[in-house]
Amino acid sequence: MTALAWERRRRALGRTWSEYRRDREGMVGLIVLAVFVAIALLAPLFADESQLHAVNTVDNAVWAPPLDHPPLGTDNLGRPVWDQLVYGSQVSLLVGVAATLIAIVIGTVVGVTAGFFGGWTDSVLNRLSEWFLVIPFIPLAIVLAAILGPSLKNIILVIGVTSWPVTARLIRAQVLTVKQRLFVERSRALGASSAHVMGRHILPNVMPLVIANATLTVPIAILSETTLAFLGLGDPLRVSWGSMLDDAFSAGALGREAWWWYLPPGLCVIAVVLAFTLIGRALEAILDPRLRAGRQG
Amino acid sequence: MSAPLLSVRDLHVTYSSGAGPVPAVRGVSFDLAQGESLGLAGESGCGKSTIAGALLRVLPRGTEITGEVLVNGEDVLTMKPGRLRAVRWRELSIVFQGALHSLNPVQRMGDQIGEAIELHFRGTDPRPRVAELLELVGLPARRAGDFPHQLSGGQRQRVLIALALACNPNLLVADEPTTALDVMVQAQVLELLERLQRELGLAMIFITHDLSTLSSVCRRTLVMYAGRVIEEGESTEVFSRPAHPYAAALAAAFPTIGDPASRLNPSGLAGDPPDPRAMPSGCPFHPRCAVAEPRCSTTEVELWPAGNGRRAACVRVLDGRIA
Amino acid sequence: MTVRYAVGKALGAFATLAFVVVFNFFLFRIVEGNPVATLYRGRNLTDAQREALTHQFGLDGSQFEQFLRYLEQTVQLNLGRSYATNQPVIDEIWAAAPQTIALVGVATLISMVIGIVMGISSGWNRGTTKDRVLTSTSMTTWSTPDFWLGMILLTVFAVRLGLFPTGGIEDPSSGATGLEKLLDQAWHMTLPCLTLAIAYVGEFALVMRSSILDVMREDYLTLARAKGLRDAQVRDRHAVRNALLPSTTLIAINFGFVLSGAIAVETVFSWPGLGLLTTESLAGPDLPMLQGLFLVFSASVIVFNLVADLAYPFLDPRVRYR
Repeated sequence: MTALAWERRRRALGRTWSEYRRDREGMVGLIVLAVFVAIALLAPLFADESQLHAVNTVDNAVWAPPLDHPPLGTDNLGRPVWDQLVYGSQVSLLVGVAATLIAIVIGTVVGVTAGFFGGWTDSVLNRLSEWFLVIPFIPLAIVLAAILGPSLKNIILVIGVTSWPVTARLIRAQVLTVKQRLFVERSRALGASSAHVMGRHILPNVMPLVIANATLTVPIAILSETTLAFLGLGDPLRVSWGSMLDDAFSAGALGREAWWWYLPPGLCVIAVVLAFTLIGRALEAILDPRLRAGRQG
Repeated sequence: MSAPLLSVRDLHVTYSSGAGPVPAVRGVSFDLAQGESLGLAGESGCGKSTIAGALLRVLPRGTEITGEVLVNGEDVLTMKPGRLRAVRWRELSIVFQGALHSLNPVQRMGDQIGEAIELHFRGTDPRPRVAELLELVGLPARRAGDFPHQLSGGQRQRVLIALALACNPNLLVADEPTTALDVMVQAQVLELLERLQRELGLAMIFITHDLSTLSSVCRRTLVMYAGRVIEEGESTEVFSRPAHPYAAALAAAFPTIGDPASRLNPSGLAGDPPDPRAMPSGCPFHPRCAVAEPRCSTTEVELWPAGNGRRAACVRVLDGRIA
Repeated sequence: MTVRYAVGKALGAFATLAFVVVFNFFLFRIVEGNPVATLYRGRNLTDAQREALTHQFGLDGSQFEQFLRYLEQTVQLNLGRSYATNQPVIDEIWAAAPQTIALVGVATLISMVIGIVMGISSGWNRGTTKDRVLTSTSMTTWSTPDFWLGMILLTVFAVRLGLFPTGGIEDPSSGATGLEKLLDQAWHMTLPCLTLAIAYVGEFALVMRSSILDVMREDYLTLARAKGLRDAQVRDRHAVRNALLPSTTLIAINFGFVLSGAIAVETVFSWPGLGLLTTESLAGPDLPMLQGLFLVFSASVIVFNLVADLAYPFLDPRVRYR
């Protein structure tokens, strides 16, 4: 890309950022997310990984409330809830982001192809995405997880492969709009290949929407992972917020009112999901021209 | 002499937007007598549609309106909500522009007209009146059961006119009623409005950016620019011998149909209307004016007499020159 | 609405259903070639017994023969036998379905009504404190994992306060019948239903709000106001009527997901519906059961999508008269 193009991109980014800064809720979301990401990435600084394994916690009190074993008490095997929470964040965030990436990539490829080529390709791809939309997600995820076996990789795959239709629809609509713009016509007239037009012209114009959509897809991925883990389909070797809830429930924490075990994971999920949602809405408001018009009225 | 039906005194309308207040109307005053027709002309954004909205106070929330709008002596701007709702449509109604978007897409036409009737004449069956109104505007009565998208643009405009007449108002404000229509249909709608005005004795305010249409429909015309009236007078005079340079440019922009000379010699006006938040000093038109003089940027212009019952806000008028 | 439109949509739905049926078959065939061996490992089977079992599970013959047999059986609503109970899958599904329909159906209705009212109120009063509060509430409940919410409610209202039972659909020891039994069941349903209602309300509210905001920009609202209607009348007669259109599609689709919507929540409350059945089938895994459930879940979505497609023209005259 030419230097001029880079300069323009950079300035557009700068404008987007300064506009984003003015959105209070978007900033709150960003800060909250930053905190969680920091903790997830720097987990060893915040928690003790050895305490996640029951062999190392024999000396701990079991079912200990927070006051007895700060900061968040222990579970039925004496494992501290805090450490599980910190390391659990890694899985939840990882699955959320990775699954979304897969969904976005598939969705964008399908959406751009369908929107750009139109006609028969479009119909076929439309029908395909409709099929995927119809299949209820959790049952499919359950079945696939039951078949493929519970593992992190499979969970990511399952969520990614079932979430792309929504993105594809959105991207396709945007591509149809962009396609009509004059510079695309000119490019074709100059003899540019389809791939060139798609890559150089369509994609950059569609990217902002893709990013906004991605940030709104991550929450769904995280909520899905939490549910799947709760149902026992997560990776049995890794702790996640969902698996904590599964353990708590199976161990009878509800009857014992051991709230310190199952309250924090849920709160963390809410916090991270809300953070992504706020960021996504802020981005959408900036990048979707239709919504912009509304804000100035 | 009886009191005017409508009296607008020093009307100021300021919209609030994300980027600060936008003054759309900056001091407009005029009177309108019973049965009189008045034209309001200007480019988009000059404030003419805003005035229509201000008369009934249907502008967006947060819009600031000052001045007086006296309808039969009562000030609309200070009316209590209950009285305002009673006055709306009954004393004064509006034919909006862009008929497709002005009609509720999921409600039948007859019901939309009937709603107005039922509101102001409780307990009456609106259907006979609805049929009567549709026929008055040249549509078959059975169209009452149709939805807006089933009608053509011209037909929808007629429905809007029928709707505006539903409660026998004394004043009809037509906001760009012919703008989105093709020429043949335009002529029909204009003819309809003219006929209705004569037959029903309606007072009418006709808003448009096409000066040529006003000369046949309205007796008097006001030309607006940047939120102010910059010329007023008899329509034919204003169109054929405009006193203000802007009015001259506006008149020239719309060739008269059937006049080959004007068709072959179209003249647009360069530049854009000024940003309401950054008004030029002195006369707001001087940056685009072909005959601007140095004093134009320093003199605060007002409507000065320009002979023949006309007034224009141009310094040249003071010297006895026109356009 | 033309017949061609309806037939087109019905055919489309049928095609999708057919795809799901076929997909279902191949999905489960990937698992393992020989469930008999897996299920009966550790037990010595004679060849005759093995053959009989293989036949019973429909696993004899080539893949293609199995596929044909599967198609034939599915059309006859024979979904096989559960590995766990050896009862026909269709019977078990039939027995569990009413509980799920009742639970999720009621929850969806409640959240739909409340959500729509919330959405209208917050959108119409955009920017006010009321809007901010309602929108924040909607976003927060949307972000909450439904089963976790159930766990919290269960802890507070059932375990700690003892106001509600901790699970199941009825008190097994009481011999109540008739109305008393129904009331007992309703009492048991309260907490899970409340959980789902809170979990669903956010989405309805946010979609409705977005809808109303779109409609509020339209000129016909100005005209309605100019006619002399009160603010509430403009809102209800004109704005809401138009804003509901996109929501109805969402509502219909949500009903489609009714059957599969409560798997985790039913697990938390031990509610004997399709969700609990699904979770229990994971243990085996009870493949015929899962396969049958999957088919039923998907079919429900397809059917309600079709209903939504067919009903929409009746609601939106612009689509009705082409």
